[in-house]
Amino acid sequence: MHSFKQMRRLAVATAVFFLSMAAQAAGDRLTITGSSTVAPLAAEIARRFEQKNPGVRIDVQTGGSSRGLADARSGLADIGMASRSLKADEKDLKPHTIAMDGIGIILHKTNSIRVLSDDQIKAIYRGRIKNWKEVGGKDMAITVVNKAEGRSTLELFLLYTELKNSDIKAQVVIGDNQQGIKSVAANPGAIGYVSIGSAEYEEAHATPIRLIPLRGVAATVVHVRDGKFPLSRPLNLVTKGVPVGLSKRFVDFATSGAVNDLVEAQFFVPPTR
Amino acid sequence: MIWSRHSFLSRQHADRWLAPALGIPAVGAALILLLVLAFLLREAMPLLNSRESIGFLTDPGWYPLEGQFGMLPMVAASLAAGLGAVVLAGPLGLASAIFLNFLAPPAFARIYRMMVALLAGIPSVVFGLWGLTVLVPLIARWQPPGASLLAAILVLALMILPTIALTSTSALAAVPKSLLHGAAALGLTQYGMILRVAVPAARGGILNGILLAGARALGETMAVLMVAGNVVQYPSGLFDPVRVLTANIALEMAYATGMHRAGLFTSGLLLMGVVVLLAWLGVRSTRGVQYV
Repeated sequence: MHSFKQMRRLAVATAVFFLSMAAQAAGDRLTITGSSTVAPLAAEIARRFEQKNPGVRIDVQTGGSSRGLADARSGLADIGMASRSLKADEKDLKPHTIAMDGIGIILHKTNSIRVLSDDQIKAIYRGRIKNWKEVGGKDMAITVVNKAEGRSTLELFLLYTELKNSDIKAQVVIGDNQQGIKSVAANPGAIGYVSIGSAEYEEAHATPIRLIPLRGVAATVVHVRDGKFPLSRPLNLVTKGVPVGLSKRFVDFATSGAVNDLVEAQFFVPPTR
Repeated sequence: MIWSRHSFLSRQHADRWLAPALGIPAVGAALILLLVLAFLLREAMPLLNSRESIGFLTDPGWYPLEGQFGMLPMVAASLAAGLGAVVLAGPLGLASAIFLNFLAPPAFARIYRMMVALLAGIPSVVFGLWGLTVLVPLIARWQPPGASLLAAILVLALMILPTIALTSTSALAAVPKSLLHGAAALGLTQYGMILRVAVPAARGGILNGILLAGARALGETMAVLMVAGNVVQYPSGLFDPVRVLTANIALEMAYATGMHRAGLFTSGLLLMGVVVLLAWLGVRSTRGVQYV
């Protein structure tokens, strides 16, 4: 029924379509490289940006914060990703914070401990303190809940406590935040750490866990947002100098309120805008 | 008269296509297995080719980001959990099969069989959730932390019990009636007839079912991931948390890059090797078994 002529017309139309796409891609392509913590969020933001701007292609690659900074500096990538604030000798680069990442220490609701010092937390995770009575609690064995290798939560926790993962003597190793919360809720002697966003939500919805303060700062989303909570860090897009053109459009989009839902979906906290 | 031309005695047009029509999917299924193996090998290559090469067998621990890829503790944990589940579920499954076939009143047997089939249909993540929220706290009250090899064994045993019960039931049902009649005619007790005649005659089918269940226990991921504690160490007791090979992949794959990722594919390869080895042992052990 389809005549040969029709088929040929269709083929030509398809070819023209693909050619025009290729031509556009050459002009409207953005490469973003760097931190594997930022990458999933950046990829989600990029997807939404592509939908709003047909013809634009954004390529997100991981390789760690240092690669992101190096690529942004050398021009290998248009935008770098870094899961930390920039150091003093990195003033040639310009950070654009797209989200805050904060993790809180959680205990079981029935645990009488209200506060732990950094040293106590460190000793517990190294297996040097094995019972809650050693830090003033009930006579109950401590169950240390740690994260699986490769998770950004683990990376941030290790950074904060200055431990190596092989120093930690855990009794339970978990994957995502939900599993961590369930593991602590199911065990009165447990201690764990999860993203503050999800822990705060569960604590408010009657899950038997308690977020404890660190260095006297309460573990709340508000304190993560304003950067007061010690166990938190900014997630940055990094550009060499002030961004222009497509880079500027993407950075503006990624730092606007239009991506707040994407930030929260990954248990990060939108920064003050 | 027309129909007689399509008799199965004369090889007609339609029959000529039968062999290729069935053969191509059959060969395809086998090919896919080979492709999976090739894919695993290719993805694991960065690790196997590096300085690390056999590090996944010799390194003392699993800290892939610090360059340590020791996987043998996880192999041991996988085997311990699978074996424990089979040891627990095997006798239970066989007992319920014998009860169903020889002793249960027919109406009760029908309902019971339906319940066992239903148990077989429960998704593993449901077992895991139950284990995490009920079983683990229960064990934790007795021997903290609760998440342990024991919890993994119990959840796995529950999961493979229906497989063993159902395969054993069909194996026992397939024992030729003449054997049972002969046993009855010789004046054997019911006990003797079941344990000395029916079960030995059906042992091939029963062993196959147990093997199948064991393979499922080794491959199970979600439920074990949720209750086993996932600490990489040799299991030295029932209350130790352990990490099995499948859980290792599921836990870390989403965030793994480079060598870490290759290491996870190597654990997949290792798991496949263990399963192939067990299947081969199983084929050897059931060889020469008659009747069923």
